[in-house]
Amino acid sequence: MVELSERIKRLLPDAVLSAGSSLGQQYVVVRREAVVEAMRKLRDDETMLFNFMMDLTAVDYLGKRAHDARYEIVYHLYSLKHHHRIRVKVSVGADDPSLDSIVPVWKGADWFEREAWDLYGITFKGHPNLKRILLYEEFVGHPLRKDYPIKKRQPLIGPEN
Amino acid sequence: MGNVIMADLARIPELLPSIIEMVAKVVFIFTMNMGVFAPLLGWVERKQSALMQDRIGANRADILGITAFGLLHTLTDAIKLLTKEDFIPRGADKPLHYLAPFIAVVPALIAFAVIPFGGQYVLWGHKTNLVIADLDVGILFVFAVASISTYGSVIAGWASNNNWSLLGGIRVGAQMLSYEVAMGLTLVGVFMVYGSLRMTDIGVAQENFFHWGIFLQPLGFILFITCALAENKRTPFDIPEAEAELVAGYFTEYSGLKFAMFWMAEFLEMVTISGVLVALFFGGWQIPFVTHEGLVKFFGFLGSNFAQVAVMVVHVTVFWVKVLGWIFLLMLIRWTLPRFRYDQVMELGWKIILPLALVNIFITGAVMLMVM
Amino acid sequence: MSEYQMDLHTEPMILNMGPSHPATHGTVRFLLKLDGEKILNCDTEIGYLHRAFEKHCEAGTWTQVFPYTDRLNYNSAVQNNVAYALAVEKLLGVEEKIPARATYIRTIVCELARMADHFTNLGAATLELGALTAFLYFVEARELTWDLLESIYGARLTSNYVRVGGLSSDLPEGFAEHVRKVFIKNREFWREFDKLLTKNRIFLDRMRDVGGISQEDAIAWGFTGPCLRSVGVEFDVRKTDPYLIYDQLDFDVPVGTTGDNFDKYLVRMEEIDQSMKIVEQCLGKLPKGPININDAAVRNPSKADVKTNIQSMIHHFKNTIEGINVPAGEIYVPTEGSNGEMGFYLVSVGGGKPWKCRVRPPCFAITQAMGDIVKGAFIADIIPTFDMINLIGGECDR
Repeated sequence: MVELSERIKRLLPDAVLSAGSSLGQQYVVVRREAVVEAMRKLRDDETMLFNFMMDLTAVDYLGKRAHDARYEIVYHLYSLKHHHRIRVKVSVGADDPSLDSIVPVWKGADWFEREAWDLYGITFKGHPNLKRILLYEEFVGHPLRKDYPIKKRQPLIGPEN
Repeated sequence: MGNVIMADLARIPELLPSIIEMVAKVVFIFTMNMGVFAPLLGWVERKQSALMQDRIGANRADILGITAFGLLHTLTDAIKLLTKEDFIPRGADKPLHYLAPFIAVVPALIAFAVIPFGGQYVLWGHKTNLVIADLDVGILFVFAVASISTYGSVIAGWASNNNWSLLGGIRVGAQMLSYEVAMGLTLVGVFMVYGSLRMTDIGVAQENFFHWGIFLQPLGFILFITCALAENKRTPFDIPEAEAELVAGYFTEYSGLKFAMFWMAEFLEMVTISGVLVALFFGGWQIPFVTHEGLVKFFGFLGSNFAQVAVMVVHVTVFWVKVLGWIFLLMLIRWTLPRFRYDQVMELGWKIILPLALVNIFITGAVMLMVM
Repeated sequence: MSEYQMDLHTEPMILNMGPSHPATHGTVRFLLKLDGEKILNCDTEIGYLHRAFEKHCEAGTWTQVFPYTDRLNYNSAVQNNVAYALAVEKLLGVEEKIPARATYIRTIVCELARMADHFTNLGAATLELGALTAFLYFVEARELTWDLLESIYGARLTSNYVRVGGLSSDLPEGFAEHVRKVFIKNREFWREFDKLLTKNRIFLDRMRDVGGISQEDAIAWGFTGPCLRSVGVEFDVRKTDPYLIYDQLDFDVPVGTTGDNFDKYLVRMEEIDQSMKIVEQCLGKLPKGPININDAAVRNPSKADVKTNIQSMIHHFKNTIEGINVPAGEIYVPTEGSNGEMGFYLVSVGGGKPWKCRVRPPCFAITQAMGDIVKGAFIADIIPTFDMINLIGGECDR
């Protein structure tokens, strides 16, 4: 039996940069430009049928990885039919932390992408309503970035009275 | 002019017994309602719900360690409500905001005027009728007055300049309108059976246990109690003030004594409704299988005047016990059921109760024709 | 459209529901656009309870994360402890070495917490529908369940019970007997509640055909847990990706059909019953033995050991000051929280502190569908729908 990540690599030879498993969990690394296409294929292909977008988050590898691969967007997908899970990872650089939104593929990605924007400042191109979700509009900066100054003061907001 | 007044004054000694009687009755009802029911029902409600829910209920307020079963909470409530800030929101219509609670509470008080809380007694040659105003339109007066109190709620909703209040006010208007129509029709059967609108007549007619309204008008009774619950605006019909949806509905923006007035109006309405229920369907002041004459004879050893007094006391007690029983039942319903949705209340009123009330009138008429 | 309607100038009313509103519990805001009582549009805004969970986690050691996880879904706090511990243990590669007794006890507390969560949720839903008595019946059942949990870890709400590699304490004396007594009462409350509501016409009218969603939509939005099962999708992490000892237990996963609020209610009611069965099974099979892993680098040695043995003392010192040394790697561990799939995604770059500690909050995904579900319904429908979604501010906003 060929491992799931290998099968995905064969299915999407152009999109998948590398595949493998860590601690028994399968993952693939996908090229940033091909993410929407790859996701759609993963959702619709008969052998994959990943119908759940379980989780979407970002990781900041400041100081651990190269400048042009500072952020990693991590998707966790699950297939109800085949009962398998896959972790899809996409690297984006520090200068232009952006990639395409997968809301057209799973509408449930909406708030997850907003959260990643809110806390990490990752821009999801084509997102219908990319604004802060957990923090307030006037908040300055993206707090989960490793270089966010923890002791920084935020501007006061609220009605003046 | 002066002569007329003099003539009237001259009649005072002659009218004195009637005046005394009238004042006594008004004072009695007013004390019962404002002095006993309005404050105490809050306590009853707390304790009763606590009983249902396996709790202890109000028991903290004390004077020198005496808690008196939580009765002192009534006092603390009163103090709290009297001393709270009377808040009027910005942009509210001030005069109307002031007026609304009065419109709500006054009709609730005066509606009781036509409900007989005892029969007719001859005391020392003076005929006493235990009802404040023995109107020949009786129950219609209750409806008329009750619909005035609706204005209180609607105006409160409008005057508060708050969207939640407004929604609550609209809901009150729609609900009261629908259920007043239905409520009036549910009682038509009662009037047909007893042949009178006068509530004392209906009370006298129920001296025979099997002539109680609940036996003659079972469907009418069920429909009426449903409508009455809706008129009272308590769960399951509390959509105008549904606290989970509309915060507090039409009295969201009320505080202190004005809030207390809405609160009181609700309790007084409950007393009035129970009074009407007892007077129309549960034999009023009558005791099952005991006639007025029989009771007078039983107390005959006291002498004719005091026998009448004794009978009067018994009857009045019976009436209030019945009313209390009904209040208890209404509270039981309030603490058991979830609330309806706005459209479901409307549907129940117009599509189920109204047609059933009409059917009830028809059946009553048909049966009466056959029996006669 | 008749003429007078066309001439009438009307505009929709904008109503701001929450965060300070009895039904939204201070944690969410609905911006409603209303036509009379009908909802034209509903914008959901969350974030009022954001407490920088992840940032806090990154600042402390691996063990110091536990108290923060308590405050995610605070209705079933200990489930978060367990889920996090499982993830860290997997990252350490010691999950095989956890003593069986610890695993059993973890299952027991997870299921007790699930019961408490469902009791609270269903009770609160009826409260907001106006049936206060039914609410108090379930609150009492929850209190009794919390008594059980309190007897284990000394706290009612925030557990902080589980540790990496074991537990902070064993079950108390006579726990099985206590459980038996409480379950008799809980079942009684369950029956009373069922009798009061399940066939109550008003309750049915309020719950049925309200808040329904199609299977495709539910999956696309990322529904999990009771909300997903109520639409008829049989997905329960306890069955599909068994963790702890769920694969050795006999329990059913209830599913609904239409996904309306009444189905969600029924699914949760049944899950309470199943959880009680699971706890009873676990107690029946509960093995004896240690509750902590025998590896001083993961789980602190006992206090007696620390005070007599220099090796143990060094471990205790290093574990406390530096944190457990977790090798570099990343892991996603899904568990079945009371609300749905609760997954911990942990990233370690080596060392005593988490590089990233992400939790996948189930109600976060479900709440985003709120606007879609209530569109076209009445204001009053928001109440049962929102209650059955069971948004927990602590979990959703982190």
